[in-house]
Amino acid sequence: MWKNLLDWIEYRIPMMRVANMHAIQYPAPKNMNFWYVFGFLATIVLVNQIVTGIWLTMNFEPSAERAFASVEYIMREVDYGWMLRYMHSTGASAFFVVVYMHMFRGMIYGSYQKPRELIWLFGMFIYLALMAEAFMGYVLPWGQMSYWGAQVIVSLFGAIPVIGPDLVIWIQGDYVISGATLNRFFALHVIALPLVIVILVFLHIVALHEVGSNNPDGIDVKKPKGTLPEEEKTDFTIHEYYTNRYDYTKDVIPFFPHIVLKDMVAFCFFLAAFSYVMFFNPDMGGYFLEHPNFEIANPLKTPEHIFPVWYFTPFYAILKAVPDKLLGVIAMFAAIIMLVLLPWIDRGKVRSWRYRCGLHKWNLIVFAIVFIFLGYLGGTPQENWKITASQIATVMYFGFFGLLWLYSKNEDTKPLPERVTK
Amino acid sequence: MSNAPVDNGRRRFLTVSTCVVGGVGAVGAAVPFIASWNPSARAKAAGADVEVDISKLEPGQLMRVEWRSKPVWIVRRTQEVLDALAGHEDQLRDPESVEPQQPVFAANRHRSLKEEYLVLVGVCTHLGCSPQHLKDGAFAEYVEGVPEGFFCPCHGSKFDMAGRVFQSVPAPLNLVVPPYQFLDDNRVLIGSEAEVA
Repeated sequence: MWKNLLDWIEYRIPMMRVANMHAIQYPAPKNMNFWYVFGFLATIVLVNQIVTGIWLTMNFEPSAERAFASVEYIMREVDYGWMLRYMHSTGASAFFVVVYMHMFRGMIYGSYQKPRELIWLFGMFIYLALMAEAFMGYVLPWGQMSYWGAQVIVSLFGAIPVIGPDLVIWIQGDYVISGATLNRFFALHVIALPLVIVILVFLHIVALHEVGSNNPDGIDVKKPKGTLPEEEKTDFTIHEYYTNRYDYTKDVIPFFPHIVLKDMVAFCFFLAAFSYVMFFNPDMGGYFLEHPNFEIANPLKTPEHIFPVWYFTPFYAILKAVPDKLLGVIAMFAAIIMLVLLPWIDRGKVRSWRYRCGLHKWNLIVFAIVFIFLGYLGGTPQENWKITASQIATVMYFGFFGLLWLYSKNEDTKPLPERVTK
Repeated sequence: MSNAPVDNGRRRFLTVSTCVVGGVGAVGAAVPFIASWNPSARAKAAGADVEVDISKLEPGQLMRVEWRSKPVWIVRRTQEVLDALAGHEDQLRDPESVEPQQPVFAANRHRSLKEEYLVLVGVCTHLGCSPQHLKDGAFAEYVEGVPEGFFCPCHGSKFDMAGRVFQSVPAPLNLVVPPYQFLDDNRVLIGSEAEVA
């Protein structure tokens, strides 16, 4: 009966074939470590954002007059409304936590290098769409930070020569940030960008499965077809889509259940941390939900200290470090474009930092520290020493890419192992 | 990979316990999503019981109050009106109030807690219009010999002074009697019945 139903479906749509190909019998390197759980966690958070987002729209009213009050209504009068909103707001920050970890994993193990450039590109597009999504979402509650954050970000476009001022008015749909802006941001936040993100995630995974997953050793676990003797091939069942084209060493294991179970363990830890924030510390000391946002938007009064939410602060610090409006905006966007171009800036052939030169390891570690430091500088009140510090940090941020481009051409690398290590 | 033999009992236990724990988690996670569809605190407050002061209601008079966005009538019936209720029962669809259109306490000829006071939801059981109160013989135009009653202007349904529907009209059921209770001689609370001791 059950089998007949499955056969009936399979004859008409490739349900089990796709499940086997892309999940159950997908060849995953067996040395995937802790760093490899963040893609799975990002997917979980994406689902959380979509589902809680749908539920929030059931009571949210996208108008300058009603938005703030409707969020209060959700918090105070809708059954479990507070929980749905905190799941969504905590999810936004959690999304960036796991995405930053996921990106750093790609950097240390060279997952952006040939032949995975498109995976990295799709990933960067997801990151860009996510930043737009998060920014517009933050505007919706129509608090003080919503309003003034929107004011600052939209004004950035005013720095573009010639068309800038008109462009700002066009984006706002008004001469100031107003209900018109709120309404279009609502439409983009709940329909357009989520659709774009879901499509990009689909492409990200399709591109990944076409070339196969990287691993902490950065070496290939598949060999050209016909080059491996039978006894050196994996004993596990790998889908014929892959085995028809390549021979797989004993270094691969099927995605299910081996990788899925590892991801589930990570999910448990993630859920514990997420629940702590959601239930006990939803504003995370003012970093996840900024305190001025508990006040309704007031176009006549800027909050005393104004910064974006923590995940934007590194780029905000770069913006503030440059003492020129247009150049500051260019530097900020260049900081992101550098990341997009990473597969072509890195001219090395060895992927993992395990086998690359010592300078590369330090370069990556310093880059991570500089990024966090920039985040601190961009997210704390303005002080004199911070201007110089953020200028130095900005130079070091771009220095990472410059150095990488220089030393990766003729790099002193260690010999790669034939098979993955423990 | 270790070469230890597979312990199927242990594996089954782990699979089942993982599924059970995961299932409990999934059910728990569904709670806020399902519960948030219930009426919110604001909707509950809007639908709360309404207290009405009836001390100024004259005999024969009808007053309208709003309960859950619906008109509720309170009529102080005269003795003549009450006596007339028995006179036209052969023309009614449900003179005994068999259909559950009222709290148990109102399943009687006068369809009320106290004979004198009639409390009705003033919404026609046909398609939801609010009938008119016709008195002093005006209702006899529609039902011969019955001087007072309720007439629905939308589709001509007719009800007597206990909200009982006449035969040969579109409305199928008697008018609804809401739950209510007397807090004292002058105050009615619409929306809940008194606790039965």
